[in-house]
Amino acid sequence: MTEAEARAHHPGLAHQFRDLDQQQETDTLGIWLFLVTEIMFFGGLFAAYAIYRWLYFAAFEGGSHILDIRLGAANTMVLLASSLTMALSVRSAQTGNRRSTVTFLVGTMILGTIFLVIKGVEYNQKFEEHVVPTLDWAPQGETLAKLAPGGLGHAEMYFVFYFAMTGLHAIHMIIGMGLLLWLVVRARKGTFTGGYFAPVEVVGLYWHFVDIVWIFLFPLLYLIGGRY
Amino acid sequence: MSQPVVPQKTYVMVFLGLIGLTALTTGVAFLDLGPFNTVVALAIAFTKMLLVLLFFMGLKHSSDIMRTVVIAGFFWLALLIALTMGDYRTRSWSPSPDSWSATAPPTHP
Repeated sequence: MTEAEARAHHPGLAHQFRDLDQQQETDTLGIWLFLVTEIMFFGGLFAAYAIYRWLYFAAFEGGSHILDIRLGAANTMVLLASSLTMALSVRSAQTGNRRSTVTFLVGTMILGTIFLVIKGVEYNQKFEEHVVPTLDWAPQGETLAKLAPGGLGHAEMYFVFYFAMTGLHAIHMIIGMGLLLWLVVRARKGTFTGGYFAPVEVVGLYWHFVDIVWIFLFPLLYLIGGRY
Repeated sequence: MSQPVVPQKTYVMVFLGLIGLTALTTGVAFLDLGPFNTVVALAIAFTKMLLVLLFFMGLKHSSDIMRTVVIAGFFWLALLIALTMGDYRTRSWSPSPDSWSATAPPTHP
């Protein structure tokens, strides 16, 4: 059987498609349409953020200065590294290298876990500083001094956005981790060989999208008004 | 029309560029540029997004229909933010009639 024939009879090819390339093009277009709905989903939060940041800039600046810029920058780099390993695992699946596909997928999961652990440490700090809206809102001392100039109620609004946006992002990360685990199981079985790698490509696009959301969350939440 | 295999080196170079831009945006936050702090931060974030879209997400080698979908998505997001902000920022431009701010309900003859 020639390579072309093997591709035409690949078990991953659904019968409604002419060949693997057409199937992959369709799958990729499908995930992009989903990602457009995700752009609008996060977009609503970004638009609301833009309005409140403009209305209560001093409060947002004060709130931003409570966050640990080192942890934020470190997490950005961890997530970018996970995007690199994701891109490399898609490439490995494309070339049919089972071993490195699994290695890079596991690497992506490890980096994703590191991101979530650092995020958890940050959330914990917010509870210790009592700047969690509704649940534990009682800033004191130095924290209070940073938040008071913009108005405490408006600073609370900043933290509502902080938790809503990073929380929604973290939920997307957790879903992505589940998808990665599913890919690892399938990749180990040798599913992604012989030109069939659409599932890896599709999950990869989702993972990179979540990365892009964080690329904007980092400057918008951590770098308001500068640290000079 | 199968996708070309991009060399590993390209991905690594893009990654290094992204790390460099992250360091840059963090560093710039410690300089006082006035309103340009926000402009620079957003410009860097936008550049990083383009790098991820073009290389990691492979739009550089995608078909035109794929790119159209992506551009349309971001265009709609731009409409959402621009029109909403346009509304909020221009609400106080023209004075409203005194009668609008009257606290007493209007009396009818």
